[in-house]
Amino acid sequence: MIKRFFTIILMVFFASLFFPLVGLISDRDSVSSLAKDYLVQGRDDFGAANIVTAVVVSYRGLDTLGEVTVLFAAAAGISLVFKGLRNEGKDKKYRVNPPSEILRTGARVLLPLIFIFGVYIFINGHLTPGGGFQGGVVIASGILLAFFAGNIKELNHGFVTFIESAAGFSYVAVGLLGIWLAGGFLDPRFLPMGEFGSLFSAGAIPVIYSLIGLKVGSEMSGIIDAIRSY
Amino acid sequence: MIIVVIIILSLIALVSAIMAIISTDMVSSIIFGGVVSLVASVIYLVYGSPDVAMTEAAIGSGLTTVVFLFAWFRVKHLGGKE
Repeated sequence: MIKRFFTIILMVFFASLFFPLVGLISDRDSVSSLAKDYLVQGRDDFGAANIVTAVVVSYRGLDTLGEVTVLFAAAAGISLVFKGLRNEGKDKKYRVNPPSEILRTGARVLLPLIFIFGVYIFINGHLTPGGGFQGGVVIASGILLAFFAGNIKELNHGFVTFIESAAGFSYVAVGLLGIWLAGGFLDPRFLPMGEFGSLFSAGAIPVIYSLIGLKVGSEMSGIIDAIRSY
Repeated sequence: MIIVVIIILSLIALVSAIMAIISTDMVSSIIFGGVVSLVASVIYLVYGSPDVAMTEAAIGSGLTTVVFLFAWFRVKHLGGKE
């Protein structure tokens, strides 16, 4: 009880630290100069209908590469930890209830839709909201549903690792192509810009985001598999 | 109108966050945590940032909740103290 009391005191203290910020919240009628630059220049620079994607993949492309690297490190760490645990407790076997009829039938209907939706999200990342990260996670959630419904018993590790490494390698390779053929690292303008708003537009942005989508999807599936099957 | 929606959503998020803390059952705590993320993603959507909303809905309320549930059942199975 006394511990909970101290927790509450601490939370009130932190809340009062942040309270002055509340007064600073106000409706703004203009964007900051950097954001204005992105909004004005974005269309001419990269031709992406979704300006957020142009920022994430091109203006801040190096940050995205860093994010993907962090995600890779996290996935590798989780697999490593759970592999060690699996070797320790080899004799333990968990009883898993078989999937119900509703789950199996529902999964049969939903799985193709989920996978197609995930692929749609990352292929259309430069046109509509969403992109590689979101699409990859949607695909991973589809894998999770397939696990629950018993459609997949074991994840094919060789295949998943191959997709992940191939996507990561191609991502960096596309970035390097940007140095030779366009303005700099991860510059997507070496492919034709195409018509604004069509699927094949915005240079290499869809290619990069699809590669990110594949990489994130396989990494997240690997995490789910590592936690599930230990 | 939009401010009313935001206030209602924020109250739902606040109540779920408090419920997640004070709930004695770990599974409901995890579910309440997922609800906070889900409501937050709707708030992002209302404020006009669908990209962030999608990420929050997929990762925050979907994958994180599932990973926490997995982890909790594993911990319980290992015989940890509740």
